[in-house]
Amino acid sequence: MNDMTAAGFTGTRTDVVIDRLSLAFDGVALFDRFSAVFPSGQTTCLLGPSGIGKSTLLRAMAGLVAPDAGRVQGGDGAPLAGRIAYMDQSDLLLPWLSARENVLLGARLRGETPDVAAADRLLARVGLEGHADKRPAALSGGMRQRAALARTLMEDRPVVLMDEPFSAVDALTRFRLQALACEVLAGRTVVLVTHDPQEALRLGHRLFVLTGSPAQLDESPVPRGSPPRAPTGGDFPARYEDLMTRLAVGDAGVPA
Amino acid sequence: MKGVRLIVTLGGLFVLWQAIVWLSGAPPYLLPGPVDTLRVLFGRAGFIAGHAGVTLAEILIGLGLGTVLGIASAVAIALFRPARRWLLPILVTSQAIPVFAIAPLLVLWLGYGMASKVGMATLIIYFPVASSFLDGLRRTDPRWIDLAQTMTGGPKRRPLAVLRYVRMPAALPALASGLRVAAAVAPIGAVVGEWVGSGAGLGYLMLQANARVQIDLMFAALITLAALAVALYFTVDFVLRKAIPWQPDTLPQTNP
Repeated sequence: MNDMTAAGFTGTRTDVVIDRLSLAFDGVALFDRFSAVFPSGQTTCLLGPSGIGKSTLLRAMAGLVAPDAGRVQGGDGAPLAGRIAYMDQSDLLLPWLSARENVLLGARLRGETPDVAAADRLLARVGLEGHADKRPAALSGGMRQRAALARTLMEDRPVVLMDEPFSAVDALTRFRLQALACEVLAGRTVVLVTHDPQEALRLGHRLFVLTGSPAQLDESPVPRGSPPRAPTGGDFPARYEDLMTRLAVGDAGVPA
Repeated sequence: MKGVRLIVTLGGLFVLWQAIVWLSGAPPYLLPGPVDTLRVLFGRAGFIAGHAGVTLAEILIGLGLGTVLGIASAVAIALFRPARRWLLPILVTSQAIPVFAIAPLLVLWLGYGMASKVGMATLIIYFPVASSFLDGLRRTDPRWIDLAQTMTGGPKRRPLAVLRYVRMPAALPALASGLRVAAAVAPIGAVVGEWVGSGAGLGYLMLQANARVQIDLMFAALITLAALAVALYFTVDFVLRKAIPWQPDTLPQTNP
């Protein structure tokens, strides 16, 4: 077993620091001197109504959209480029590559020697042993998302940005994938955008609801215990109430 | 099943052909019947095959050259902004001039031999290949590009690797449709070139037979040309399907 497949991330951890970020989209100021710190080694969940700018914020963190002002950096003050892995709600697997080759895409793009054995170990770790040679079309939706997770892990980055990564699979698959993600992403700084309050309460060390325009962060308390939490019992239902109330407030004035 | 359909269709066409000959009472030097034509076709098979070989060689070399040039232009235009400004108008202009109009010029410049016919075929093949591949390169799913950018560490990093591993494979189905069009029109280029001036080839044979009122030989050459064109198209189509198995229309209908 190499360190990549052992429990937890062993590289250099980093906070994600958003420093006075301003960003407009179609003339609407989504963010105006917006600042936040997402702590290292923890999973931060972002919720909020559609169009509030959750995905845009995530894309700004990934360096995929340039902010109008301000910046996103690591806790050490250096840029995050090259320290980020990104996972989308669609698996983004390349249809002409096998699952294994998809996992190795990052190495190929960087001109590194692809570590086939490590890719196979990671595929096995996400439950895709024996499926490494299959193309995405031969895999189910849940399996494709597992392959995408293996690709994310293969990048071995301290920061993982996830945009509704499990929204396109059925409820049971989603439940299993959440537990798996929680386990394999331990030790990394994860920012998870989700529409699903239960997912946020299961996986988040911290929860924020994005509200208003320009957007502000409204922290919602998490249930006791460490992720992945069971979605019943304890104070989970109470925290669910809290979160739903906050989401309803944030959604006020927006037609359903 | 496919073979049966083919035989029935061909048989039907021959019966229709014979019926027209009988009903119209056309003399054999204007409209030979299928039996006369087939007799010439098989009786002078070696002679016709020799000319067919010349035409086929022209088509294949033209297909090769046109494809290589078309792919190279599309890649250059997709990669370099100045190339887009300079090459795109040339690409469009090359299509605005009818190949028929410049055929005499090509024969004048390149001679009566094979070169002028290869030039014609290349010209006619170049555009569908270049335009369809360029279209494919410009339509790469932007989310794949985003993913590649998080892997390479930023926008515009390692554009050649992104081209090679993401954009070019993604554009292959588009290139394939261009190649299918090219395979269908390639014989036109070669035959037009032969009509304008040549010493061999099916186009030359048809012209000579026509002038000597050997209409049955002309029909035999025509049938050979049609068979050649159809065989070329289906061979190209077959090879492309095998080479690009992830194309939506070649994927298995059900997911396991």
